[in-house]
Amino acid sequence: MPPSSQQTPHPAADPDGARRCWMGVLARASADEIAGCLATLPTQPAHLRLRGPETGLVMVRGRAGADGAPFNLGEMTVTRCSVRLPDGRVGHAYVAGRDGRQAELAALTDAMLLDEAARAEVEQAVIAPLAAAQAARREAEARRAAATRVQFFTMTQMR
Amino acid sequence: MTETRFPGFADPVLDAQASFRAVLEAMSRPGRVQQVVVPPELPPGLSPAAAAVLLTLVDAATPLRLAAGPEAAAWARFHCGCPLVRDGAAVVLDPTATLPDLDPGTDEEPERGATLILAVASLEEGAGWRLTGPGIRDTHRLRVRGAPAGFVADWARNRARFPRGVDAILCAGSRIAALPRTVLIEEG
Repeated sequence: MPPSSQQTPHPAADPDGARRCWMGVLARASADEIAGCLATLPTQPAHLRLRGPETGLVMVRGRAGADGAPFNLGEMTVTRCSVRLPDGRVGHAYVAGRDGRQAELAALTDAMLLDEAARAEVEQAVIAPLAAAQAARREAEARRAAATRVQFFTMTQMR
Repeated sequence: MTETRFPGFADPVLDAQASFRAVLEAMSRPGRVQQVVVPPELPPGLSPAAAAVLLTLVDAATPLRLAAGPEAAAWARFHCGCPLVRDGAAVVLDPTATLPDLDPGTDEEPERGATLILAVASLEEGAGWRLTGPGIRDTHRLRVRGAPAGFVADWARNRARFPRGVDAILCAGSRIAALPRTVLIEEG
């Protein structure tokens, strides 16, 4: 995934951008990571499962060179869950893989983040540390890859 | 809008199987009243049994004609993933729908006939309509309160176009009774 899609889009240009961003962070975090972050919050609302967690397949479509004709790249396993909080807010999650607990916790966190009053606190406690950990992982991986990078231009000069 | 505040079955697999069994029993023994498992909460506009039958029978391959308000429409879209249509529906839950204007299928494909889900006030066995036909040994009595006016006359015309025709599932509370297109209804 290109790094640009993980940055927060401008709120005016994309009102759902913030939600898309935190849903992406939750989808990339494991169940234990989310549970650990949620445990630092003073209260966790009880939730009702509206649907799922249930696992299924989605067809991933691709375009050659990003602008060619669309084709079916392949199917991937996805788990989804929707939950409702006592005040009626509904949170959704679609995560890759078969971890129902991750999907449920992600949907619960999504619903909690929809409350404008509590959003800052939940973002601080859950989304920020998860996003930081994911950025650090990406960074470490990029560093490892960069160490084996071959500079073709330099090689021609050395010859 | 496809977001709903209302859940589906408490246990999606077992409750849907139990309800499917109840619908199967109801269809194979016309007029016998069966209990379905009902969802823990319901959107406004749907009776418990009608909601259970929708969750059991309707999916993405089943166009649904639903007239029970926007909450119920969003709930059906969310849990069943069905297309909501006006014409050509496979399952119909609309108090204004009458038997003659529903799709009866074709002679080649009579199984394409629509299924009408009809919310009624009550279903009692032992008195009322006299039912005869396949699945009933002699006669079966079913009292239906709250059926639409002219239903029995419409049913006779529906039965006359066999093998084409519309099947009906009557719902009251958490109870259902089915009228497959083969059944003959006599009043009195």
